[in-house]
Amino acid sequence: MRSRSTHLVIPDPLTPGEVAIEARGITFTVGQRELLSGVDLTVHAGEMLALIGPNGAGKSTLLGALTGDNHLTSGSVTLAGTPLHEWTLKQLARRRGVLLQDNGVFFPFTVEQVVEMGRAPWLGTARDNEDEVAVREAIESTDIHHLRQRQVPSLSGGERARTAFARVIASRTGILLLDEPTAALDLKHQEDVLQLARQRAANGDAVVVVLHDLGLAAAYADSITLLQRGRVAAAGTPAEVLTSERITAVYEHPVEVFPHPVTGALIVQPVRR
Amino acid sequence: MRRTLLYSGLTVAFVLIVLVSAGAGQLSISPLEVFGAIMHRIGLDLGPVPASATAETALWTVRFPRIVMAALIGAALSAAGLLMQAIFGNPLAEPGVVGVSSGAALGASATIVFGWTFLGGWTIAVTAFIAGLIATLLVYVMSRANGKTEVVTLVLTGIAVNAFAGAGLAFLTFLGTAASREQIVFWQLGSLNGSRWDQVLIILPLVVAGIIAAVIVSRRLDLLSLGERSARHLGVNVEVLRVFVIVVVALLVGASVAFAGVIAFVGLVIPHLMRMILGPAHGPLLFASLMGGAVLLLTADLVARTAVPNADLPIGMLTSLVGGPFFFWMLRRTRKRSGGWA
Repeated sequence: MRSRSTHLVIPDPLTPGEVAIEARGITFTVGQRELLSGVDLTVHAGEMLALIGPNGAGKSTLLGALTGDNHLTSGSVTLAGTPLHEWTLKQLARRRGVLLQDNGVFFPFTVEQVVEMGRAPWLGTARDNEDEVAVREAIESTDIHHLRQRQVPSLSGGERARTAFARVIASRTGILLLDEPTAALDLKHQEDVLQLARQRAANGDAVVVVLHDLGLAAAYADSITLLQRGRVAAAGTPAEVLTSERITAVYEHPVEVFPHPVTGALIVQPVRR
Repeated sequence: MRRTLLYSGLTVAFVLIVLVSAGAGQLSISPLEVFGAIMHRIGLDLGPVPASATAETALWTVRFPRIVMAALIGAALSAAGLLMQAIFGNPLAEPGVVGVSSGAALGASATIVFGWTFLGGWTIAVTAFIAGLIATLLVYVMSRANGKTEVVTLVLTGIAVNAFAGAGLAFLTFLGTAASREQIVFWQLGSLNGSRWDQVLIILPLVVAGIIAAVIVSRRLDLLSLGERSARHLGVNVEVLRVFVIVVVALLVGASVAFAGVIAFVGLVIPHLMRMILGPAHGPLLFASLMGGAVLLLTADLVARTAVPNADLPIGMLTSLVGGPFFFWMLRRTRKRSGGWA
C-alpha cells in the first residue's frame, strides 16, 4: 500500500543553503488583469526574504502563488526541489506553514485549541510526540500564555494575529510563508514576531514574509524583493534594494533612506516637510 | 470533568426517557415493567415482566419501534445540523431552516403520488435522499462566499428553497388522490406515528453509516473553522471534505424525512446547546449532540403522544414551537455580536 507509506512520511530537514522555494517566470491573470507578470524568486534555507511594495503591487498574490492557492497562468513554483503540483496536501503541510492575513475562526475555539490545530499535519507520524512541547513553546514565544483559555472570536485583532502566528510556528515546518504577520500588532509584538521568524531562519528554515513597514524589512530581512504592479522592481539585500531614489519612485512619495547614527542600520522614512 | 458530567447526564436522561416513554400511553405500563420486559427479552431475569400479555405486545409491536425511530432520527437530525454548521461556518445552518428537509419531503411525496416502487421498501428513502442531496447542494452553492456563509444569505437562501419545495408539495397535493394527500400532509407536519420494525431496519444502517462518516471527519471539521485556505494549508482536502459532508447530511436528513417527515430545529437547538457546554471541538460535540438529539426527540414524541388524550400531535409542530423562538433568539444574539446583519 503505497498511499499508506507516503501518508506518514516525514520530510527530511532542509540542508543549509539549499533552495527551498524557486519561482520562475510566474504570471497570474484574473480576467483581463495581469496581477503578476514574469516574477522570479528564490529563497534558500536559512534565509529570510521580505516581499515589499505598495498596495496592490501583488505581494499577497505572489505569496498565494507560492502556497499553491492561486493557480498560475504560466511559470512554475518548486518547493524543496519538487514542483508544487506534485506535492500531496499532507506532505505540503509538513513542509511549509502558511499564515494568512485573514485569521478569523468561525466557532468559539480557545487559543490553545487553535494553536494545537497547527500540529494536525503530524497526526499519527513519529513526530506527534513533539506536540505538547511545540504547542507550549509557540504559546510562550508569542506572549499569549495568559490568553490560553480565551475564545478566539472574542480576542482583539492583535491577539488573534498572535494566536494565528503561534499556530503556524507550532507546526515546526522547514518553510514559513507569512502574509503581513505584523499588520495588527503593537510595536513590541511586531519586534517579537519578526525576531522569532529571524530565529527560525538562523536555525536553517526558509522564511518568506510580506511586510508593509520598510524599516522592519530593512532590519530583519536577509534579502528583499520589491514588487511594483505585479513585476519585480528590484531584488537583493536590503542595502541594494532600499535606496531613496527607488523607493521614492515605486511608492510615488518622497522617501529618505539613511543609516542609523549609532548602529548604521538602514532607516527608511517618508519626507515630511 | 464538564464532559464526563454532560455525558453521564445525557445517558441517564436517555435511559429514563426510554423507560417512561415506553410505559406512557392509553395502556399504562410502569417504567420498572418496561425495564423488566427489555431485560427478559435479552435473557436476563431482572425486574418484573409486564402484568398482561397485551402490554407485552403493545411494547414490542408499537412502542419500542417508535422509540427506536425517535432516538435514531433525533440523533441523525442533530448530527446533520452539526455537520451543516461546520461546512457553512455558521451556527444557524440547519436542515429544516435552509430547506433540505422540505427538499427531501418533496422527493418522498413525489414517490407517494406517482406510486413509485422501483426499489421496494427503500424507494422512499432513496428518493428523499436524492431530493435532499439536490437541495443541500443548491443551498451550498447559492449561499456561500469566500469560504463562509453570511447569516442573511443563508436565511434568504433557506426561504427561497423552502418556497420552491413548498410549491412542489402544493402541486403534488393538488395532483394526488385523497389518500396520498393525507400522506403529504403527514410529511409536512412530521410524525412518528405508525413506526414499524421494518422501517427501523432501513433507517438504522443509514444513520449508523452517517454517524461513522461524521466521526471520521470530525477532526478535519475543526480545522475547517480556520477558513478553507488555512485548512488546506494544514493538509485538509477541502473540496473532497465538502462534498463528502454534503452527501452525509443528505443521507441523514433523507433517512429521517422518509419515515418521519419534516422535523425542524433539532439540528439547530441541540448542537448549539452542546457547544455552549462543551466548546466547539467536533469530536466530543458530535457524541453529545447524538445523545442530546435522541433525548430531545424522545421527549417531544412523548409529549406528542400524551399531551392531548387520544390524539397524536404532529411532532414537527412541537419542535418548531420550541425551535422557532430559539432561532429568533440566536439571530438576535448573532446580530448583536457582529454589530449588524453580517
